[in-house]
Amino acid sequence: MLIMTKKTAASSNYTFLRGMRDGIPICLGYFAVSFALGIAGRNVGMNAMQAFVMSLTMVASAGQFAAITLIGAGAGAVEMITTTLIVNLRYLLMSCSLTQKLSPDTKFIHRLGLAYCMTDEIFGLSVSVDGFLRPVYTYGITFISVSGWCLGTVLGVIAGNILPALVTNALGVAMYGMFLAIIIPPAKKDHFIGLLVTISMAASGLFSILPYLRGISSGFRVIILTLVIAGAAAWLHPVEEDAEGPEKLSGPKGDSSRNLSETSLRNASENDIKKEEANR
Amino acid sequence: MNSPISSSRIYAALIIMALTIYAVRVLPFLFLRKPIRNRFIRSFLFYVPYVTLAVMTFPAILTATAHPLAGLLALIAGLVMAWVRGDLFTVAVTCCAVVFIAGLF
Repeated sequence: MLIMTKKTAASSNYTFLRGMRDGIPICLGYFAVSFALGIAGRNVGMNAMQAFVMSLTMVASAGQFAAITLIGAGAGAVEMITTTLIVNLRYLLMSCSLTQKLSPDTKFIHRLGLAYCMTDEIFGLSVSVDGFLRPVYTYGITFISVSGWCLGTVLGVIAGNILPALVTNALGVAMYGMFLAIIIPPAKKDHFIGLLVTISMAASGLFSILPYLRGISSGFRVIILTLVIAGAAAWLHPVEEDAEGPEKLSGPKGDSSRNLSETSLRNASENDIKKEEANR
Repeated sequence: MNSPISSSRIYAALIIMALTIYAVRVLPFLFLRKPIRNRFIRSFLFYVPYVTLAVMTFPAILTATAHPLAGLLALIAGLVMAWVRGDLFTVAVTCCAVVFIAGLF
């Protein structure tokens, strides 16, 4: 019995280390992006400790970016909760998907632990393993990724003071670059998503210049446009029903958005074929 | 320069939002033992990230730098790089580089 336990522990350590190794690219990417987050945080008056707590407890790129904007705008609790829900709603889908990768005898504590680890990148790596996911693997990825994430944020707050405006300006757009890297590759593969992205940007642009509409805070603008546009898209162009459900979202290693897009592409083409058949 | 916000107010905001994010992440792990069946909800959840991130990117990227033109160049460069390469790190660095170079002139 003792030997068995030792063996399991050694295997767990190995899996954890493998997770850390696989997480190195994520860590580097997170470091660069969170540095920009730290600068953004400093600009609304956050200190290094607050930024560290934020990065450690939220671990969400777009979510934290929205959080900083809301704090800077002095938003109320209702707007904070609603915006945070909407901006992070994709994690709901990812969590749904990852539950399908868990062995039935996965301990309850791991369900709570894995929930903390759900980011686009960590999800993408975790969901790509063969067979059941061993939670320690995801913990390994998360440990190194979140280390880079927190360190970058803190340095962003501290060094943002030292760096010239030329550099801080430049790092300020890193976040948007990352967003583009998440939405554009799927848009390239799926024309409907491309249309959706274009409409969303155009609508957002109009909301920022048209009278009355420009008075709406950026947080609520995100909520309103997401509900309306994603709702309309779901109504007009629902993804194909399939019996296997969200676990089909799993795919090759890489970021989750690419996996999502491949599913959507398949769904879209299946949809088109069915429509054509219906027309005939 | 923004007016300073009290520390307790920032921590309160962080607690509210961190708990909300964790709730979003943990709910499926607590309750979902089977895949989502409702087609509209599945489709809506599927489209949400694209719309949200697009709305958050534009026009905000134009005002993220000192000069809107630099922001516009970063947007164009980011779109092109995301289309060609598509990995997170390269696209983010490209946008930064464009703004940095634009700032030199």
